Amino acid sequence: MSETVDKPRSFQEIILRLQAYWAAKGCAVLQPYDMEVGAGTFHPATTLRSLGSNAWAAAYVQPSRRPTDGRYGENPNRLQHYYQYQVLIKPSPPDLQDLYLGSLKAIGIDTELHDIRFVEDDWESPTLGAWGLGWEVWCDGMEVSQFTYFQQVGGHDCHPVSGELTYGLERLAMYVLGVDHVMNMPYNDPQAPIALTYGDVFKQTEEEYSRHNFDVANTEKLLSDFVNAEKECHAILDQEHIDPKTGKRIIMAHPAYDQCIKASHIFNLLDARGVISVTERQAYIGRVRALAKACADAFVLTEAGGWKALATQADAAEKGLVPKDFVE
Amino acid sequence: MADLLIELFSEEIPARMQKRAAEDLKSLVTNGLVEAGLTYASAGAFATPRRLALSIEGLLEASPTTVEERKGPRVDAPEKALEGFLRGAGVTKDELEIRDEKKGQVYFAKITKPGRPAAEIVAEVLEATVRNFPWPKSMRWGAGSLKWVRPLHSIVCLMTREDGAEVVPLDIDGITSGNTVRGHRFMPSGSFKVTSFDDYATKLKQNFVVLDGAERANHIWHDATNQAFAQGLEVVEDKGLLAEVAGLVEWPVVLLGEIGADFLDLPPEVLQTSMKEHQKFFSVRNPKTGRIEKFVTVANRETKDNGATILAGNQKVLSARLSDAKFFWENDVRTVERDGMEAMSASLANVTFHNKLGSQAARIARIASLAEEIAPIVGAEAAEAGVAAKVAKADLSSEMVYEFPELQGIMGRYYAQKAGLSDAVADACRDHYSPLGPSDDVPTEAVSVSVALADKLDTLTGFWAIDEKPTGSKDPFALRRAALGVIRLLITNDVRLNLDRFIDSQLLLHKIAEADENDGIIDTLKEILDEIAEHGVFGAAFDAIADKLSDAQKDAVKKAAGNVPDTSEDLLSFFHDRLKVFLKDEGIRHDVIDACLAMEGNDDITLLVKRARALQAMLDTEDGTNLIQGFKRANNILTQAEEKDGVEYSFGPDLKFAEVAEEKALFATLDAAEEAIKPAMKAEDFTKAMSAMADMRASVDAFFEAVQVNADNEIVRRNRLNLLGRIRDVCLSVADLTRIES
Repeated sequence: MSETVDKPRSFQEIILRLQAYWAAKGCAVLQPYDMEVGAGTFHPATTLRSLGSNAWAAAYVQPSRRPTDGRYGENPNRLQHYYQYQVLIKPSPPDLQDLYLGSLKAIGIDTELHDIRFVEDDWESPTLGAWGLGWEVWCDGMEVSQFTYFQQVGGHDCHPVSGELTYGLERLAMYVLGVDHVMNMPYNDPQAPIALTYGDVFKQTEEEYSRHNFDVANTEKLLSDFVNAEKECHAILDQEHIDPKTGKRIIMAHPAYDQCIKASHIFNLLDARGVISVTERQAYIGRVRALAKACADAFVLTEAGGWKALATQADAAEKGLVPKDFVE
Repeated sequence: MADLLIELFSEEIPARMQKRAAEDLKSLVTNGLVEAGLTYASAGAFATPRRLALSIEGLLEASPTTVEERKGPRVDAPEKALEGFLRGAGVTKDELEIRDEKKGQVYFAKITKPGRPAAEIVAEVLEATVRNFPWPKSMRWGAGSLKWVRPLHSIVCLMTREDGAEVVPLDIDGITSGNTVRGHRFMPSGSFKVTSFDDYATKLKQNFVVLDGAERANHIWHDATNQAFAQGLEVVEDKGLLAEVAGLVEWPVVLLGEIGADFLDLPPEVLQTSMKEHQKFFSVRNPKTGRIEKFVTVANRETKDNGATILAGNQKVLSARLSDAKFFWENDVRTVERDGMEAMSASLANVTFHNKLGSQAARIARIASLAEEIAPIVGAEAAEAGVAAKVAKADLSSEMVYEFPELQGIMGRYYAQKAGLSDAVADACRDHYSPLGPSDDVPTEAVSVSVALADKLDTLTGFWAIDEKPTGSKDPFALRRAALGVIRLLITNDVRLNLDRFIDSQLLLHKIAEADENDGIIDTLKEILDEIAEHGVFGAAFDAIADKLSDAQKDAVKKAAGNVPDTSEDLLSFFHDRLKVFLKDEGIRHDVIDACLAMEGNDDITLLVKRARALQAMLDTEDGTNLIQGFKRANNILTQAEEKDGVEYSFGPDLKFAEVAEEKALFATLDAAEEAIKPAMKAEDFTKAMSAMADMRASVDAFFEAVQVNADNEIVRRNRLNLLGRIRDVCLSVADLTRIES
């Protein structure tokens, strides 16, 4: 009954195994998004691609930044920069739980010896106007992943529903590798000629960014950056759908969404600088949500967003799915 | 007869929803069946993390055939009407019957509804149940539009008879019914076919699933207590946690684990809360020391290493959690040891309590000065009560309470001790929130009582001042609970306190703060409040003080004070309503309380309750009941006579005009009663006063028996009416008996 489980030896091996596993299960293995985001969900491969009717299957590592969580590299498991592993499959396959459990085996968690549990945890992102139902997955009492069936993103109902898996890579790896402090975790193979720990790679940056995020980041500049990103996002979306130069129908949902991501990260930095009061906080979150919603509205009118399926619905305009003047 | 087995198999159902879902499944299906004419003998429903199951026994094989008679149009009605009737009834014209009625000949139709086989009805009812299931939250999945709490995978719907079992065919958005069941997710088990509910439950157990949630909970509790007992320890009982944990596992395996030695010195409440909230662990206590020393976790499986890996993992996670808790604890303790509780509470100045009632710091200052005033009344040192009130909410800004809000008060007590404050002050930090519910313990230590009363009175008057009173079922600030808290604090501790005076002054304080006037007014506030304490809001002295103010200030204070009397009365009657609810459980009738409310000092809850209890006790005796009758009779006769004669018969009667022996005897009785009642009332010995009153019963009865009040002789009549007047006066001196309903 029990299988011999081959344990990974380093942080990177766990990532490599996850990549190989999900690639073998048919996911497109994407690369991290090249912007500062708070979580893997912000990657357009999740936020935007979970919208519309087109099928999708992607897996990727996403470096994530949470300026308020910076601890100068001293806390055993809190970091202002960390990695998430993200899987998004649309429509969610009926065996998604089994696929997920298979990924745990792939990274050396022997489900015959451990106690894996799906504990209710509903996910909500006020900044993305998104929510879903699912669980946090526990391994021997530790949360190792978030498992969510998206119900709504950017204010749009998800049809079909995407299944989303998020692994907090450092925490998961520390558990698998039996390490107590993240900085002591082997990053590459500990037998390698030049063995590096997580601390060798990130201790320096954690210190630098902690100081920067808490005390140095120029708040005046950030405040104006926020406003500019917000304006830019709307300006991009306000463009005519038909590109005057090529005559093609090009709705720029992604460039606009980049500005939304930017605004969100600036907000997080301002939060870490402690210049946002409790009441203002809600207002800022609302402004980022408005951007996310506008981008989602735009994306569902693009080809990747499945506009063709929408357009064929005779009553799409009446249902409010597309603008009244949306005729191709 | 047939038996029915239903299983709805899904991905993990949230623990908190399982019990209710099993009940809903049972009621929706059985109601649907009965409505369609299928009755049954018994039904039972079950839930595990992955399945809802329903077993129905003794179900009818088919619904009975029914015949309904329907009255149609008259024979001479237009053809159109007849056509419509035939269509509606689904019969032809020659099947109709013609009957003679008063208004002429009328068509009648007999509509026969043939019974339907049970399977057909079951399939319909189950489909409707699944499609309309009242989950608190439900979701879609994949490309479908069906909603369930989490993806629904399979349905077992099986009818079992003596000659075998039969799957009831059913297809809900591609999920078809069958008789295949899956066992435990991780333990070695496959899928298997079942033939009946018994077969289902047995095979589930063979495949590591305990179907019944109560059985899982019992097993967990039994095993946990046994393991703890074997080590001389005991499990801290927590029914809510037990139910939740039983909803997280299909095959419970209890594991007893160690708490790292570094953490054993944390307060037991911290260990308990951290373990419960984050890890869903039970705390295991050493009964000798009261310390939490170990924990129990419940795994969902057996392993070949007997849970060693699982336990090691859980212990590691716990250590990380407790490291955080320890960090918070040490930081908090360092703060109060170095700079006192004030250092901790400093930041409360920036925390809003309510946008119309100012900051937490302002609230604490109000509570502190009120607690100082209340202190001498409840036997506490004013200074100590003031200190206690000032630090009682400091822990709201501690790191620990920020992390675990449910530890408010409990942490305050520890921090106050660490800050070197007295035990009475430390206890007040913990106990001033009490009593929280009707069955919660009431603080009895004088300092705690002062702060608890001040806290609740400030809250009540504050929300009354800004007109945020409870309405209907809405009571967002738990004001009913606060009022009941005040009542229980006063009664339990036998505190004599005139609520009016405190309500008035505190309301005025809120009103003035709300008016947000300039500093000059605030300076004179203390003076004004002292006056109010002496003479009430509208006393002459209050006016005298107000006269000293400038016109603008005077107007502001008068304006603020203007609606205090009404608001104050309203709040007092809120207290009285709560008191009625509270005393109802004691068997004290609301009219008894009304009778006592009419007496002086009705803002003294303790006095009021004493009076009400004595009156109720008297009414419960035969003499008491009869005396009330006598009183009412006297009162009725008097009222009529007074109305007719236009005078009040309150002159003392004269013995010399008494003619009958019973009449003369009543004089003596009244004298004796008055003699007993007056000192008893003065001493607030209501029981004695009431029983003295009840003792008059025989005399009063005899008087009415022997004497005609309305005598022909006007002098005698008036004398007798005045005698009745004395009965009334004596009785009313005890309570307003006119309020007592017969």
